[in-house]
Amino acid sequence: MSMINVKVAAIEQVTPLVKHFTFVKEDGSSLPAFSGGSHVVVSIDIAGRVHRNPYSLMGSPMENEAYHISVRRQENSRGGSVFMHENVTVGMPLKITYPVNLFSLAKKGRKHILIAGGIGITPFMSQIADLKRMGANYELHYAFRSPEHGAFAAQLKESCGDHLHCYIDSNATRLDLQALLSDQPLGTHVYVCGPSPMVVATLETARNLGWPENHIHSEQFLSPPIGEPFKIQLARSNIEIQVSAEMSMLEAIEAAGVEADFLCRGGVCGRCELDVLETDGALLHNDHFLTDSEKASCKKVMPCVSRAKGERLVLDL
Amino acid sequence: MASNFKKETFREDYTYSNSDAAIKRFPFPFPEDQYMYSVNIEPHTKGKQGSVCEFTFDIDEHYVAECLDKKITLEQDPGRYQALPHMMDAQWDFVELTMEALAQDYPEHFSLKKQGLIWTWENKPLGIKDTFTFGDTSTLAAEPFDYIGRQLQGDFVLLDHRDETLYADAGIVTSQADWSLAFNVGMSWREWHGPVPRATELGVMDRALKYLLNLQIGSPVRRLNWTMTVNPRLDTSPENYPHWGGERNTVNAENIGDLIHLRVELQTLFRLPRSNAIVFSIRCYLINLKDIATYPRWAKRLHRVQKTMHPDLIEYKGMTKFHPMMVDWLAKFDDGETLAIGTQPE
Repeated sequence: MSMINVKVAAIEQVTPLVKHFTFVKEDGSSLPAFSGGSHVVVSIDIAGRVHRNPYSLMGSPMENEAYHISVRRQENSRGGSVFMHENVTVGMPLKITYPVNLFSLAKKGRKHILIAGGIGITPFMSQIADLKRMGANYELHYAFRSPEHGAFAAQLKESCGDHLHCYIDSNATRLDLQALLSDQPLGTHVYVCGPSPMVVATLETARNLGWPENHIHSEQFLSPPIGEPFKIQLARSNIEIQVSAEMSMLEAIEAAGVEADFLCRGGVCGRCELDVLETDGALLHNDHFLTDSEKASCKKVMPCVSRAKGERLVLDL
Repeated sequence: MASNFKKETFREDYTYSNSDAAIKRFPFPFPEDQYMYSVNIEPHTKGKQGSVCEFTFDIDEHYVAECLDKKITLEQDPGRYQALPHMMDAQWDFVELTMEALAQDYPEHFSLKKQGLIWTWENKPLGIKDTFTFGDTSTLAAEPFDYIGRQLQGDFVLLDHRDETLYADAGIVTSQADWSLAFNVGMSWREWHGPVPRATELGVMDRALKYLLNLQIGSPVRRLNWTMTVNPRLDTSPENYPHWGGERNTVNAENIGDLIHLRVELQTLFRLPRSNAIVFSIRCYLINLKDIATYPRWAKRLHRVQKTMHPDLIEYKGMTKFHPMMVDWLAKFDDGETLAIGTQPE
């Protein structure tokens, strides 16, 4: 897979938990242009093990001198975000993928309602640049815990003006999804990115109000969950691999030197899908890609976030 | 790399021909003795020097004549260019992709100078030089996709990526194998592939769509497709069927080697950065049976492929009328020698 060599040009602590990183190309040339809502996967080497995490690009897609991402420190994570916060310094070289967009704006939409919770604001930062350039009709609804956690509220107020609506838990101002989504003109699209309960509530409210499925958009990258260790057999490579508690299946496959396809590594894009040849136990599907019936069939698995229980899992790889 | 552009026609008197070098580099599409649909997609990386895949877009000896033929077709039927309003970002992405690639790969023919958003484009073979503001449509005499699409060989369709599928929402199509942009514009992937026999049942179209939805910026892909055309005609469109459909009746055992052309499409697909759309580029190469037979390996291979062709595909590719005659003509070149897998001429 093609990767881009970048170096860290700046790091800014924007809230107690969020750091903003600026990347430029290592050779000083321009970065590829991208579309609002895109992300890159950042590779970091932690004690000899490569972690790859997806982060939304926050800058304007029209600016290709630098890329901007923000990382929230996740204490219970497997170390990726903590490493980004504590060990990544200005000047450090990193490898990132080309931008990928799994959360693009519907260009034919008549109106766009963007709903962000906390760090979920990041993909909207680049989308807003696109919406403003296109002169589109939009509203940004941004919910966060307390004033000091509103990472980009001031900056957004400046660029979005009256289009921005903030909801702050500590001030007891709350977003009323029912009211917001029940009074929108035909042709409106809704986009949500944030903590799981917020995403689920938005999707359910919109569906219950009869919104067409293709007017409802969400993005929620998953971190590979920590779980019980298990073993996998790769049929074509003819090897057996142990997947430890803190590793994902995909990481274990890569660590064993077997090349596997991937893109988002967050259970969204579908690129790393593998065929299951044999299994004697349960597959623990954690992805947002496979349909419920595909999950139930036990014929396919997304190794970036899913796990297994049992003695035998044979994959077509 | 061609620096001598031929003067030739793709209609009426059909003076089109391939030089020896053009025959040798022809993208022969059959690596095996039998043909069946597959998702034969591979990365569009730099190919061998002199091959049609050496550069991002291939410019060959037919460049000037093809652009002239495209101009005639567009004048007669402006509907061969279509672009829905939400595709303007994709149009500019396309301008950037093509101008940058041509200027880099063929500096003797094309140049692109940028001063911020003020770009100057020069196309020497066609005698074009224009300065415009990137992103500002009012600074070009035509829509950006129309402007540069006329300066390239082959057809281009811009696919919008939404609702987990691809929509053909813009196109400049003048060298098509019997399909209509005016009919297909705005259609989704499954709609426009509906008529392809057997492929849907094989699951080929679903697999290909899934693959393309994950197409990445900076990692274009390519595949070859093929059909057969009577006479070296680029514009075999349904709109102009009366002009070419009847030419099938002129084929006989004496002239078949000159008249029947293998028509190969080098299809390339690129993810566009700002629009997240995909460019589907369809570049048509034509070669008659006689020129194919100058390489015995190709003649033998083509004979076997055609002899074992599924009847549905013979019908779909419009070969019914001359297919038995073509197999007979090719048979005399085939001594039954075992051929190794591969498309090379010798």
